[in-house]
Amino acid sequence: FAGLADVSIAEDIPVEGEITVPVGSHSPDEDYSTLDEPVRDTIMRDLKAVGKKFVHVMYPKKSSALLRDWDLWGPLVLCVSLALMLQGGSADSKEDGGPQFAEVFVIIWFGAVVITLNSKLLGGTISFFQSLCVLGYCVLPLTVAMLVCRLVLLAGSGTVSFIIRLIVVVAMFGWSTLASTAFLADSQPPNRKALVVYPIFLFYFVISWMILTFTPQ
Amino acid sequence: AAAGGGRSGTAAEWGGFEDNMQGGGSAVIDMENMDDTSGSSFEDMGEMHQRMKEEEEEEEGEAGAAEEEDGEFLGMKGLRGQLGRQVADQMWQVGKRQASRAFSLYANIDILRPYFDVEPVQVRARLLESMIPVKMINFPQKIAGELYGPLMLVFTLVAILLHGMKTSDTIIREGTLMGTAIGTCFGYWLGVSSFIYFLAYLCNAQITMVQMLSLLGYGLFGHCITLFVTYNIHFHSLFYIFWLGVGGLSTLRMVAVLVSRTVGHTQRLILCGTLAALHMLFLLYLHFAYHKVVEGILDTLEGPNMPPFQRVARDIPVVSNAVLNTTAKAIALTL
Repeated sequence: FAGLADVSIAEDIPVEGEITVPVGSHSPDEDYSTLDEPVRDTIMRDLKAVGKKFVHVMYPKKSSALLRDWDLWGPLVLCVSLALMLQGGSADSKEDGGPQFAEVFVIIWFGAVVITLNSKLLGGTISFFQSLCVLGYCVLPLTVAMLVCRLVLLAGSGTVSFIIRLIVVVAMFGWSTLASTAFLADSQPPNRKALVVYPIFLFYFVISWMILTFTPQ
Repeated sequence: AAAGGGRSGTAAEWGGFEDNMQGGGSAVIDMENMDDTSGSSFEDMGEMHQRMKEEEEEEEGEAGAAEEEDGEFLGMKGLRGQLGRQVADQMWQVGKRQASRAFSLYANIDILRPYFDVEPVQVRARLLESMIPVKMINFPQKIAGELYGPLMLVFTLVAILLHGMKTSDTIIREGTLMGTAIGTCFGYWLGVSSFIYFLAYLCNAQITMVQMLSLLGYGLFGHCITLFVTYNIHFHSLFYIFWLGVGGLSTLRMVAVLVSRTVGHTQRLILCGTLAALHMLFLLYLHFAYHKVVEGILDTLEGPNMPPFQRVARDIPVVSNAVLNTTAKAIALTL
């Protein structure tokens, strides 16, 4: 700070400049144009954004696209499809069907909220909805595993099918955990990554357990 | 004198008036703005601020002349209107500040942040320590007041319970099972902690609520290990060995820490006896009675239409009844 003592501005030269950041002049026009554009364009834009995030999940690289423009459409679609596929039989059936739709839905969202709060309390720099977005999108491999399990169960339900299902579910569980860790662990202080990864591991373990133990009617 | 000052209406003084108003809710009452005598009310606030903005754009001299004439004519009435408006403005600002402060205080998760300030090494050390009873009970033992480890242990216990239900092939609906599992584990952790904290308050033990939650949470580590092993290896004798060994060790640790913080033999006995009984019985309950409890709930929910449940893996009702009977007899004999 001592070096700044001799900095002085000549009094007769006015200090001037622009404080405002020049905003692109076409942005008000854009707002109007998204209102006027056909519905198909709007939907396709959102669908493309969701699809791009799916690709990011399947090939987890350290990109910030998933984090920057978070949206919850993908997690909603994945959660609903997983819950529909996991749905058990009706209430008065003898056999054990499986969890009801509401149970799966609540477990996924409640688990994601708990993990987000935990990572925020441990000093994470990621925001609430960004974390929900990442955790929701990383359910994609497990949804794929659920599809595969259902197809395998159509073929038969013996020991062989169980082993196939076990391998598939374990692989997808590992993929989900790695994908979400790749996005979330960066936002934590480096020595606490294990503390954040463990609840994510537990969360996907419970979902994988629900998928693996699903038996159709 | 103030009205006389308004009479001059120079640019400098008018500028000063603007500065006061832009400061927003300043305590200085400016006598120049006296043209409106409607009573003070919040609804007038917006109107007043809007008028302030308009007056900034007006010709200063013109407005100044009009103002000072009105002010001169109305006198005390104008003063009250202006005063009332200032007070209302201030109350609005203070109220808004208080509301936002209260919201940021209670809706802030940063309240819990200090309890999650741990390192993985510390968590591992505390997990191992929870199985080692301390020897020195004459000196109050330190309890770390953190909530990360206990919370994760409770969730792990829920996961292990669910896994156990499935490996025992009990044909129950997993939906209700999940809710019951979460409710049981969290209910035990929070409920028994509160109860023991209440007893500690009665017995003058030196322990805070967070410390009690932390202590009991880490005590569940023994339960997790026991259940994880015995749900995969189905031998009753093995379960008893684990129950006494692992469960006993973690209970002894909790008891030793509490004893070190309590004075007086009767108090120590009450507190530690209750905790030991509850902790050991909970493990027993989780292993044997959990199936029956959930089935009982489902039976009452579904009514008499349900056919009896089929147990596939082991004949739990007969065995567990016999076991419970012998256990109860053994406990009765020792007492």
